[in-house]
Amino acid sequence: MSERIEAGVSYIGLSVVRPQTARLLAGRGVYTDDVKLPRMTHVAFVRSPHAHARIARIETDAARALAGVVAVVTGPELARVCSGWVGTLAHFAGMKSATQHALALDRATWQGEPVAAVVAESRAIAEDGAARVAVAWEPLPAVTDPETALDPGTPVIHPELGDNLAFALELNAGNVEEAFKNADAVVAETFTMGRHTGVTLEPRVILADFDPSERRLTVHHSFQAPNMMQDILARHLGLEEQNVRVICKDVGGSFGIKVHVYPDEMATCALAVLLGRPVKFLADRHESFLSDIHARDHRVRAEVAVRRDGTILGMKLDDLTGIGPYSVYPRTSAVEGNQTVRLTPGCYRFRDYAARLRVVLQNKTPMCQYRAVGHPIAFAVMEGMVDHVARALELDPVEVRRRNFITGDMYPYTAPTGYFFERLSHEECLDKLLEMSEYRKLGAERDALRRRGVYRGLGLCAFIELTTPGPAFYGVGGARISSQDGVTLRLEPSGTVTCLTGVTEQGQGTDAMLAQVVATAVGVRLEDVRVLTGDTLVSPYGGGTWASRGAGIGGEAALQSGKALKQNVLRVAAAVLGGEPEDLDVRLGRVVDALTGEVKLDLAELGRVAYFRPDTLPKDFQSELTVTRHYVPRHQGFAFTNGVQLSHVEVDVETGGVRLLGHWAVEDCGRIINPRLVDEQIRGAIVQGLGAALLEHCVYDGAGQLLTASLMDYLVPMAAEMPDIVVGHVETPTAYAEGGFKGAGEAGTAGAPGAVLNAVNDALAPLGARVSAQPITPGVVLRALGRL
Amino acid sequence: MPVLRIALTVNGVPVTRAVEPRTSLADFLRYDLELTGTHVGCEHGVCGACTVRVDGVLVRGCLMLAVQADGAGVETIEGVAGRGELADLQQAFAEENALQCGFCTPGMLLVAQELLAASPGASEREIREGLASQYCRCTGYHAIVQAVKKAGRGRRRT
Repeated sequence: MSERIEAGVSYIGLSVVRPQTARLLAGRGVYTDDVKLPRMTHVAFVRSPHAHARIARIETDAARALAGVVAVVTGPELARVCSGWVGTLAHFAGMKSATQHALALDRATWQGEPVAAVVAESRAIAEDGAARVAVAWEPLPAVTDPETALDPGTPVIHPELGDNLAFALELNAGNVEEAFKNADAVVAETFTMGRHTGVTLEPRVILADFDPSERRLTVHHSFQAPNMMQDILARHLGLEEQNVRVICKDVGGSFGIKVHVYPDEMATCALAVLLGRPVKFLADRHESFLSDIHARDHRVRAEVAVRRDGTILGMKLDDLTGIGPYSVYPRTSAVEGNQTVRLTPGCYRFRDYAARLRVVLQNKTPMCQYRAVGHPIAFAVMEGMVDHVARALELDPVEVRRRNFITGDMYPYTAPTGYFFERLSHEECLDKLLEMSEYRKLGAERDALRRRGVYRGLGLCAFIELTTPGPAFYGVGGARISSQDGVTLRLEPSGTVTCLTGVTEQGQGTDAMLAQVVATAVGVRLEDVRVLTGDTLVSPYGGGTWASRGAGIGGEAALQSGKALKQNVLRVAAAVLGGEPEDLDVRLGRVVDALTGEVKLDLAELGRVAYFRPDTLPKDFQSELTVTRHYVPRHQGFAFTNGVQLSHVEVDVETGGVRLLGHWAVEDCGRIINPRLVDEQIRGAIVQGLGAALLEHCVYDGAGQLLTASLMDYLVPMAAEMPDIVVGHVETPTAYAEGGFKGAGEAGTAGAPGAVLNAVNDALAPLGARVSAQPITPGVVLRALGRL
Repeated sequence: MPVLRIALTVNGVPVTRAVEPRTSLADFLRYDLELTGTHVGCEHGVCGACTVRVDGVLVRGCLMLAVQADGAGVETIEGVAGRGELADLQQAFAEENALQCGFCTPGMLLVAQELLAASPGASEREIREGLASQYCRCTGYHAIVQAVKKAGRGRRRT
């Protein structure tokens, strides 16, 4: 009897193990610093010790004299090889920033800005050389406080810009003054969200190799968006785009840190061009704190007008954010503020909303997009206000949310800030969260403990997440960052499938997720799909991985590419077997009779014939066993997702310490490809949000000196103080793409800070205290309690 | 820069090299011996990514000089994983997705192995305390705790 395969296998929705973990678990990953090339040199940078200072003179002789030093290069010399850049986007009307160079030309504008480069045979010698470079500095007054950055008496950092205002925006939807006039109560609060940064465990690292004979540049880069970097390197180094190859092997954490143009990395590539030999730059941790982009640093004033029953009538928002001396290229440093003011009202139905945003320059490390851009600020503010309203009106915080949510009957829905929501699931997520966490029971326990002087609190945070961005995000603003992505599939002669894609992998499990979609769509076993990411020479052109776009865009391209390959396989099968392709199917790596499941042909046999014995096929038949399909979301600007989180804390009112007792999240990212990977994205993102809420802070003094530039001073969440995190899901697939996939990478970070803020304030409520600044350090708590 | 001659055993193999006194053990392993499974995350002894064994004891490879390892027996992730000592932990880490980018993973595995050797029945709280010397920026630790617990359960059965 012939073998039958009655049905194919869908790997979508299964928690399969990531195929590439075995390597990483054996210490056999290949990170950029693990790559070694012949004649390789190392660069170390001389960085400004001042927040703002003129460079009077740079003495390089002592460094040049050091044995093993290959070159010492300053800004003007390097500018001849590498042109400067301006970090603005055309669709941010009125935005301005100054021209930035790989090495400062005559003035440093933040502590840590690179001003000279020493290239040597080893990293240690390069650092010795850098220590021998003498810069004659003329310190200038530093602009550090965003509140006074626009005052007439404050120095203008870049005189050619006229002032320190990089971008301003006003939103006016509905009639907010009328809403406030009709209100029973107005609640106001000012929130401060401190600066923090990504702290990727692998620091930034780049290895550039230039071959002058062909003017080819090959760059090994710990990075998220290789095609973006290829384009930028070609344009700023004057090379042909096809002669620039960017390779991203294993990346030791990224979180948005490794998606920007950094002057030291541009300098490394320019030095490779200048010297005609490989140059490697690996940041040390101190440099990482001074030069990796920082994030947040917002001061938000919010006012909410409400009816007695808790209905929100309108909201006013004023967001002031400091971004450092330059808007970061090419994504700009205006995106976080823009998203903050647009996302804030996103869960709720009120339509009278007025917001003002001011993005100002300052002499601190440049600020740009880090995981969940704008979201944690927006939802800490909005959800903080909702709890504030509940407390002021003595209402249940759960009921205030229910009363104001955009409900299931209102979709599709266009928010007053312009965002379009195809379908969200606020009520279902909240219901599930309350059940999963036994919220009412925790509340009763909290109340009982309060009577014994134990201060516990519960904090909810509803949120939306912007995922799967289309071309309106960067492309329309003139940034050459692809919103489309492609997946190339090749059936190998052995019947296995190789998958090449422009979306990239930094630990999220892009490789597993795509393999699951491809195996399902083609009809092969999961272990027979091999995914390759991160090489501009071979991958289809694409954007990479950021803004939770991998599954929504890469996943859909993989689905379409898999379906196309299957059709082509069936045409070959029909040519081999006779009959029509429509009567056949591919299941578990075999061609079967679609009706009976009878196995007709193994894919290895099909591959053998197609590649090695096409002479046995009809003369007019050509097999096409490599296909590429692309996908770009065009029907909506973003595929928004939503969710809600709950934090349970205990506040020690003597020490001000906050202990995290538990954390719950229910999230809706559309159709789930791999539940475990989604859960782990959410958990990891939550812990980054918990770090922001309680621990992580880039603290500066008044002169612009960073006081927390080591891991002894900058606190990162560790295992012992983090809670268990329970994750639940609601699935609302998008109907605009066949797969129904949306993103999930940032939801955790979006909601965690707001949940902790509300939980701490719930705990402090019986003492009449409240906090509104993050991180919520013991000092913040004790000051709120009047004990410090 | 003067160099000193050192002789040690690395993953069971005798090694003799001339090194600068200032070279850290982690850099020596990575660059001189090309054992790149030992990762360097902070170079000041906080993150734990560079954890290796020296004479059976876990050390921060960035806080020890290569010359201090003269005469010692050093084991790295390549050696310990290569001889199968971590097989159950590696499997549990894969199943629980207790790694994302993988950069902290070699150090995390070595610390987890030490923890389970001392206490295969460690509670979640004890596991969290035991792993508190290691930074992981991707996972949020939950899956790592679950994986260590799972491997511990398996060891108690055998």
